[in-house]
Amino acid sequence: MNEKNKNGKQNENEEKKPGQDSNELVRRIAEKKYEFGFTTDVHTEIIDKGLNEDVIRLISEKKGEPDWLLQFRLEAYRYWLTQTQPTWGHVHLPEIDYQAISYYADPTAKKGQGNKEQEIDPELMKTFDKLGIPLEERLALSGTAVDAVMDSVSVKTTFKEKLSEKGIIFCSISEAVKNHPDLVQKYLGSVVPPKDNYFAALNSAVFSDGSFVYIPKNTRCPMELSTYFRINARNTGQFERTLIVCDEGSYVSYLEGCTAPMRDENQLHAAIVEIVVMDNAEVKYSTVQNWYPGDSEGRGGVLNLVTKRGDLRGVNSKLSWTQVETGSAITWKYPSCVLRGDNSQAEFYSVAVTNNHQEADTGTKMIHLGKNTRSTIISKGISAGKSQNSYRGLVRVGKHADGARNYSSCDSLLLGSQCGAHTFPYMDIHNNTATVEHEATTSKINEDQLFYCNQRGISTEEAVGLIVNGYAKDVINKLPMEFAVEAQKLLSVSLEGTVG
Amino acid sequence: MTSELQYIELYNEASDLIKSKSCPVMNTVRDEAFATFQRLGFPSKKVERYRYTDVDAAFAPNYGISLSPLTVKPSAYIYNIQEAPIDVTPYYHRIADHTDAITALNTALVHDALLVYVPKNTRVEDPIVVDNWLRGTAATMMNRRVLIVMEQGADATLIINDHAADKQRFLTTQVIEVFCHDNARLDLYEIEETTPLCSRFSNVYIQEGRDCNVKHNSITLFNGQTRNLCDVYLQGENSEVTLNGCAIATGSQRIDNNTLIRHEVPNCTSDELYKYVVDDKAVGAFAGKILVEKDAQKTSSHETNANLCASSDARMYTQPMLEIYADDVKCAHGSTVGVMDEAALFYMRQRGIPEAEARTLLKNAFMGQVIDQIKYEPLRQRLAVKVEKRFRGELEKCDDCRLCK
Amino acid sequence: MLIIKNLHAKVGDKEILKGIDLTINDGEIHALMGTNGAGKSTLSNVIVGNPAYEVTEGSITFNGQDLLAMSTEERAHAGIFMSFQAPIEIPGVSMTNFMRAAVNARREALGKEPLKSTDFLKVMREKRKLVEIDQKLMNRSVNEGFSGGERKRNEIFQMAMLEPSFCILDETDSGLDVDALRIVAEGFNKLRTAETSAIVITHYQRLLDYIRPDFVHVLINGQIVKSGTAELAQQIEEQGFDWIKEELA
Repeated sequence: MNEKNKNGKQNENEEKKPGQDSNELVRRIAEKKYEFGFTTDVHTEIIDKGLNEDVIRLISEKKGEPDWLLQFRLEAYRYWLTQTQPTWGHVHLPEIDYQAISYYADPTAKKGQGNKEQEIDPELMKTFDKLGIPLEERLALSGTAVDAVMDSVSVKTTFKEKLSEKGIIFCSISEAVKNHPDLVQKYLGSVVPPKDNYFAALNSAVFSDGSFVYIPKNTRCPMELSTYFRINARNTGQFERTLIVCDEGSYVSYLEGCTAPMRDENQLHAAIVEIVVMDNAEVKYSTVQNWYPGDSEGRGGVLNLVTKRGDLRGVNSKLSWTQVETGSAITWKYPSCVLRGDNSQAEFYSVAVTNNHQEADTGTKMIHLGKNTRSTIISKGISAGKSQNSYRGLVRVGKHADGARNYSSCDSLLLGSQCGAHTFPYMDIHNNTATVEHEATTSKINEDQLFYCNQRGISTEEAVGLIVNGYAKDVINKLPMEFAVEAQKLLSVSLEGTVG
Repeated sequence: MTSELQYIELYNEASDLIKSKSCPVMNTVRDEAFATFQRLGFPSKKVERYRYTDVDAAFAPNYGISLSPLTVKPSAYIYNIQEAPIDVTPYYHRIADHTDAITALNTALVHDALLVYVPKNTRVEDPIVVDNWLRGTAATMMNRRVLIVMEQGADATLIINDHAADKQRFLTTQVIEVFCHDNARLDLYEIEETTPLCSRFSNVYIQEGRDCNVKHNSITLFNGQTRNLCDVYLQGENSEVTLNGCAIATGSQRIDNNTLIRHEVPNCTSDELYKYVVDDKAVGAFAGKILVEKDAQKTSSHETNANLCASSDARMYTQPMLEIYADDVKCAHGSTVGVMDEAALFYMRQRGIPEAEARTLLKNAFMGQVIDQIKYEPLRQRLAVKVEKRFRGELEKCDDCRLCK
Repeated sequence: MLIIKNLHAKVGDKEILKGIDLTINDGEIHALMGTNGAGKSTLSNVIVGNPAYEVTEGSITFNGQDLLAMSTEERAHAGIFMSFQAPIEIPGVSMTNFMRAAVNARREALGKEPLKSTDFLKVMREKRKLVEIDQKLMNRSVNEGFSGGERKRNEIFQMAMLEPSFCILDETDSGLDVDALRIVAEGFNKLRTAETSAIVITHYQRLLDYIRPDFVHVLINGQIVKSGTAELAQQIEEQGFDWIKEELA
């Protein structure tokens, strides 16, 4: 993976900084740090900037969508118009000029329609190669099926046939709309309604592509399903939409990875992920989010404003969110669980690293509605540089959720004196048989540990990486193997140059 | 959002009267405070620090405002502000939050204030006790203001008891400002034992200099609707603050405590423990923020909120928060909402203790942790008895003989 | 006299007791042995009325009363006492207050006046000496910070205070060294009268060296599969349970 990345760094931001000053090392590291900041030269069809009903009709038309979906979009758009951008959260969200964004970019659009899968631009293949995601099935990570989304369009889904033997549907959502319209219509917006919040409404109006997964009854998905998202084109927003339905007695593990090129301006990413878990089914959703965080001065970077929610509709259903967040200039994200089915279980494991000027306001909501429901929240925040890292979470136990239990643990680690670490948990308990526990600690990195490492000849930087990885271990361990290795590397890289 | 109108009208009509009964130091800030209130209106539930209390509804009924003069029995250290032995200008309405609507309303309407003043290096052995008796023949609004000035090295214990003497609707707003100069110590107890007809909105602001130690104990034994705010500003190094809270709510009582501890300088310690037992249809809310500013290195802070929901209709909201901008700190908070320990209940019942009694013992033990923090021994003993009575349902039975306690 | 007939019980969805028949006359000591998970603790919890266990079939009578119709505390007032395998900590409730509440609740149930404080403390002092338990433990919360041995001794102390007629010693020997075991067992022997009956649950012979059982029962898979005299315990100590299982097969 590293080898491939080396080629990828050339295109962007190679300007030489003159200073021989002591900060140079730090700066070099900071620049080096974002390894996925290259752009790809492919012919990309981008529709004109701006947002209005015609643009939405155009998107819908380009995707050949049925009328109900167009109406879904228009209704969301009309609602969105009535709302204002939210100001809550411990982040400084800039005024976003929604008219300065192009809402559709298709890097696969070469010559009209054509069969996209067979004619993938070689440049595009190279892009995903650089990212370490080979789309050729023979090169693929063992046991992982990949759906790759660049800008607005799903580029290729691997292993589709093999999965379809088991009745598993894994394809882009656009394809699903065409081939499985009933399923999509039944579940789309049923977990995150278009009027859920400002960004959900925006996404519902303009969502471009994303993955669709359906696991039929009593099926254990034989491989990890995976989507890689990449923003490439300039001045585009990415509004992907993922819908996962895991039917009775089934199991699936789903991975999501994200990268973007380095650009001076902010890029908007407003995604929705909806997960439906039926009786006795289990879904594991893992994210390694490494969107471009902006440079060391806080210029550019992705505004990551996503709504992720799982609906544990069935009895004994299980859902776990695991996320490693190192990227984005601003993250506003609360993967949540509605524990509707009796005995359902939900987990949220999160590591969020912020450095330089990054701001993250992330956490989860656990809404207990069913009886004997259980939820666990483990959050590890690591702040460095001038960043602000907040955990925000809600645990609500409804009136009829007898025997509900929640355990939350939110720890923050501070590296450096310019950053902030904040914890804002909310607990609303409407049932007297519930047991809810929350604990949180905030401390700085242990200097004795650092010294011990130093004495053994380990550099401070390396030691920080080691200690942080140890600190985040509870969460990393929840990731599938290939992802865990990647996540560990990311953590170390994200924090280079922060101590000493 | 219409309740503010009657207060705006009231002020427009009665401000001259209020001013005539008041003193220059209070009148100087009055109009501005009123303008603030007029601008803000009552906070809706969208205002973060008021999300658990419906302020508008509480202020909606028509109350008569009490303008009777504050009578202070002559005793050392307690004064009517109009007879203050010191210039209170540097203190009055200085640390109170000028962006809080309740504080603004209080500042606009209050005509008299109590001053507790302990001079330099004075150690007051016996506790200073303030008994507030709510009395009235009609629904009455009381606006109460207390200024506490602890000069350098002063040391005192202050107990403020809130009672309602009449079965009447009472609405109280209260603002307490506490100034602790270097090396001062203060143990402040606020004990509310009123009736379900009472609404209380209390804002306490505490400022500490160097090497200070303040303990604030908020005990809500019996009430109607209570919303207590306590903000602490640690502005001198090596100071400590302890916030203790005991909240017991039954029936349809509501208790909402909202605290903020702001560490502005290095090397300070804060400790916070709030416990709630909510039963019947009662609602409890706790929100506590520890804020550590950028330069407040070596801060040590610990916050715990533990709650027992004793009935299926009771509700508890809890929100412990850490907001930290310094790196060399040790901060932790924990919050639990739990049920009674079934194994302990069973153990006690196996020994023959009836279930109801076993539950009372466990509730009492749960709250005991807060009561044990009370430093002043006679008060601790008295409150231990009262808390137990409260859990046995014996406190409210004594409704009619409240005056003779 | 305790009579158990065709007792079935479950925890959650799992049936643990599958038809127990057992009669214990006044003054008799019955040892209950068996493999882990056989249902020994379940049986004792059902007798004392732990709400976590559900009786699905059968009956238990105690001195002619229908035990299953009585609450946990009513059973305690009737004279049933369990020495817990793992006595729980109750922070904030002092031993003294706890014991006072228990003693007076029983007295009230028996139609007696509550003990006066001074009398109560006197009784505490006497009983404490009997089981050699330290006064300083009495000032603490129930079982809080007690060592394993102190907890077991505290159980016997409570037995002394409550003077039950029927006791269950649930693995009272677990976690005790030889000296502590002797003190606890001797304490029990000192307290029992000619009418006191008991179920002693244990894995080991050594407790039975101190408390001689009149009968020994082997519980396997929720049923009593073999009963005998003290010699049976000796045999199990030497040979384990496999030979009994083989006999059954």
